[in-house]
Amino acid sequence: MSDKRIKVLIAKPGLDGHDRGAKVIARGLKEAGMEVVYTGLRKTPDDIVRAAIQEDVDVIGLSILSGAHKHLFPEVMKKLKEEGAGDVVVISGGIIPEEDHQFLKDLGIEGIFTPGTPIKEIVDFIEENVN
Amino acid sequence: MMKELLEGIKNGNERKIAQAITIIENHRNMGFKLLKKLYRETSLAYLVGITGPPGSGKSTLTDKIVSKWREKDLKVAVIAIDPTSQFSGGALLGDRIRMSNVSTDRGVFIRSMATRGSLGGLNPAIYDTVLLLSAAGYDYILIETVGVGQNEVDIVDLADTTLVVTVPEAGDEIQTFKAGLMEVGDIFVLNKSDRPGVDKMQLTLEQMINLADKEGWEPPIVKTVATKKDGIENLTNKIDEHKNYLEESKLLEDNREEVMRRQLINLLEEKVLARIVNPIKSSAEFTDKMKKIKEVKKDPYTAAEELLADKFQI
Repeated sequence: MSDKRIKVLIAKPGLDGHDRGAKVIARGLKEAGMEVVYTGLRKTPDDIVRAAIQEDVDVIGLSILSGAHKHLFPEVMKKLKEEGAGDVVVISGGIIPEEDHQFLKDLGIEGIFTPGTPIKEIVDFIEENVN
Repeated sequence: MMKELLEGIKNGNERKIAQAITIIENHRNMGFKLLKKLYRETSLAYLVGITGPPGSGKSTLTDKIVSKWREKDLKVAVIAIDPTSQFSGGALLGDRIRMSNVSTDRGVFIRSMATRGSLGGLNPAIYDTVLLLSAAGYDYILIETVGVGQNEVDIVDLADTTLVVTVPEAGDEIQTFKAGLMEVGDIFVLNKSDRPGVDKMQLTLEQMINLADKEGWEPPIVKTVATKKDGIENLTNKIDEHKNYLEESKLLEDNREEVMRRQLINLLEEKVLARIVNPIKSSAEFTDKMKKIKEVKKDPYTAAEELLADKFQI
């Protein structure tokens, strides 16, 4: 008896008041049959990692439009490893300039989905990368 | 792995507790092994249910109630339940958004769960999660859910103390509250009570409570403004009063016996579903019968009997 459903945390790190994109993604993933937890705005890396641990998610989606990704994302990745949850797939979206993509990939954030990405692409990426 | 999980749960390790809940939700048989080991040495935490229409402020109230309990150094777990989409099987779990005060507190564990599709009632994984969190040493468990359907009523009915939340502008909406929901309410919370229409709503609530005519405990109405923390202390006091009432009148034992009885029935149904109904649903015979029903060569009543004929006599 297995009733496995992919669980995703959509998180908004840092001082960034825009979450329309995050909500669209959350809804899209729900419609693809996933269970999606949304953190709400202005979360610290600590908040996000703690929520990910308690919810035992398979995926964390970090949405950011403030430009602070090079500061906040490494924190999230570091804390995840500290908590023994380095196996969680982390993806990101929002305003992330092309020249920063390699920096994020080096951190282990392989999926970077900037505006205009079809939801299906994100769903496919998640389904391929979870287990 | 089982041993490590059990130890982690008993030591209150959040990661292990969280993983165990996932097992209970996704891999039922493995979850049963875990629960069998925990059941007999666990005494259930005090369960508080909170329900009401969308936008009535349940999550904000939860946040404030939990903060109040934390002042007394009680360990608290929150199970926030949202409905599963019947179409996609997915769910949007957004209750954490309003629980920012307590979400960083190490003495508070918050877990969002979807109702999932369980036949005729409560997702049995929710009760199992209550058991697990009790084993992990949480003193209070607060279960939050939207009070719209029968599933939700069943969930709050699990609770020792059930809070039914409404707001002044709910107006006619309260008339459409399920009768069941009015009956399970032990405390009625009139939230956002700084808004116009509060007196009228209070009157409506009083009338409905009187009509329900509960014996023994008379459900109080508590006015709150959760965002300003107004009335929260009064509310937690009322919860304590109700808890004392249940303990002294031995109703707590009765309530828990009823919960066990339902859980036992739930588990029976779950097993019958998994071992008998689901295999039939995916069999060629089922497809064949469906085709005949569609062509009106057979009726579903006969088909159901035939499909079960070799399983047992009906």
